[in-house]
Amino acid sequence: MAGSILVYALHDGAGKFNNNSLGAISEAAKLAGELGSQAGVVVVGDVADDACAALGAYGATKVHRAKAVEEGLAQPVVDVMAKVMNEDDYSYALFGGGLLGFEIGAGLTARLNAGVTMEVTAVKVAEGKLVAERPVLQDSAIVDVGYVGDKGIIIGRLNAFDLKENAGGQAEVVDIEVELSEWSTRARMRQRGEQRGADVNIEDADILVGGGRGLGEKDNFKLAEDLAEALGGAVAATRAVVDAGWYPYAAQIGQTGKTVAPKLYLAAGISGAIQHKVGMQNSENILAVNKDPNAPIFEFCDLGVVGDLHKILPKLTEALKAKRAG
Amino acid sequence: MKICCLVKEVPDAAVQKRIDSGTKRLDRSGEKNLNPFDTHGIEAAMQIREGGAAEVAEIVAVTMGPETAVRALHKSVALGADRSVHLTDGALQGSDVNATGYALAKVLESEQPDLVLLGQQSDDGECYTIGAVVADHLKMPSLTQVIEIKLEDGKLICERQAEYGYDTVEIDLPAVISVGDAINEPRYPSLKAIMGAKKKPLDTKGTGDVGIEAGEVGEGGSKTQVLGINPPPAKESGEVFEDEDTAETVAKIVAWLDERKLI
Repeated sequence: MAGSILVYALHDGAGKFNNNSLGAISEAAKLAGELGSQAGVVVVGDVADDACAALGAYGATKVHRAKAVEEGLAQPVVDVMAKVMNEDDYSYALFGGGLLGFEIGAGLTARLNAGVTMEVTAVKVAEGKLVAERPVLQDSAIVDVGYVGDKGIIIGRLNAFDLKENAGGQAEVVDIEVELSEWSTRARMRQRGEQRGADVNIEDADILVGGGRGLGEKDNFKLAEDLAEALGGAVAATRAVVDAGWYPYAAQIGQTGKTVAPKLYLAAGISGAIQHKVGMQNSENILAVNKDPNAPIFEFCDLGVVGDLHKILPKLTEALKAKRAG
Repeated sequence: MKICCLVKEVPDAAVQKRIDSGTKRLDRSGEKNLNPFDTHGIEAAMQIREGGAAEVAEIVAVTMGPETAVRALHKSVALGADRSVHLTDGALQGSDVNATGYALAKVLESEQPDLVLLGQQSDDGECYTIGAVVADHLKMPSLTQVIEIKLEDGKLICERQAEYGYDTVEIDLPAVISVGDAINEPRYPSLKAIMGAKKKPLDTKGTGDVGIEAGEVGEGGSKTQVLGINPPPAKESGEVFEDEDTAETVAKIVAWLDERKLI
């Protein structure tokens, strides 16, 4: 049906769907309601019937399942989505953010010769068509983007779309066969989802001390750990320092890491780039210490200190310990 | 093996960026620089060349942009590229992501590379997407946000972080790979390399030279349309102060935490 919206539902390989994808399904269902169309979902891999049908609880009417296609790489999913969009007359593809959503959305753009908008934070309906809102220039302006032609691709920013569940909804599940493009078969997953470093739980902590490149070196994470201990919290990290091997992957916040919303997020030496911001911006209180006065974090923190964290953190730890003891 | 590095000239990070309210495009005047993420792509090409797992015959820097973009090419050559190609044509102005990806694919087709490398994002636009758009137009496998590349029996073994941890992916050549900034530490160009950069071959090409259909690029060929530009919802900004006396700073932080019952 023209105006219909197709969502890619990412899962962990064992049938547990990603929350960002479920948010995208909820958003697609809401928009389809306004357009008088339908929200469909693409699932790849051998996900059980009931797990697929249960996506109806988020508003999906139909789930197109390509059992033979492996989850984890983008290009085979592009093949699946292009086929479904053409054959079932979908007008839009919507992605909930995350790395694979970006890759699949981009590939689909080229394949369908359609427009794409990324980092989208909201979608609205105007004159019977979807319009994507995209923040630009470090979120200092929001651009409304419309689509020319009969198809459009929308890639959301992480956590942009709220998940809405109505228990009991069931989607129709249809199995599809898709012949992969030759070039889609020339990349092969050797290992998916390898965990590196210690397992730490940051999602349940009320207080988090996040460490970034500004800490200077691996050993300086001790400063963050000491402060976290004095505050009764845990330590989190940015992608940059995790990739540099300073801290375990399980502690990473942001685009390819975890999303947190503690009572206090103390950002130590974190610039506040979008990729990190999307994972922690819903924290109740954000306190930032950074030596660069132009760091983006100062634009969305609640209290910001421009200064040397190597001086400030130890003294703060000391003061908190003294206060606790006293 | 021939490697093409896609590079882009972007407004300098220190310069305030703005959108031109008339054309609704990013105002690209002012200080410009080579996109810092692309320097990691060039460094990755250099490390493949120096690593010895494959004979790299040529590293070619490729860009699309106005006349001034030659500076990004000069910098790329100073960083190690052997020569460069500049796709520039008034007809390309206002191209969206899909049109840009198509145009870049056409210029790459004329070079026939075994590997295309680029930075995973640019400050001003097509974050994370352009590599995958180019790859599909070229019908090549691709991977983005790669933090390690190894060559093994003529194949690439790439690592990256995805939603559920680290993925290791094997990819046949030719391929398009966009790299993250964690992949390497780009070298500083030597003074000699900077001085010599302008003497290295630079081909300037128009849309007609590489078979780009004029109707598929520029504002007319784009499939997205900017309908409006609005300020973001107002957010009360917090207090930011400079640390002059650390004891005072700490007292202020403790009072702030206390007030919010966080200690």
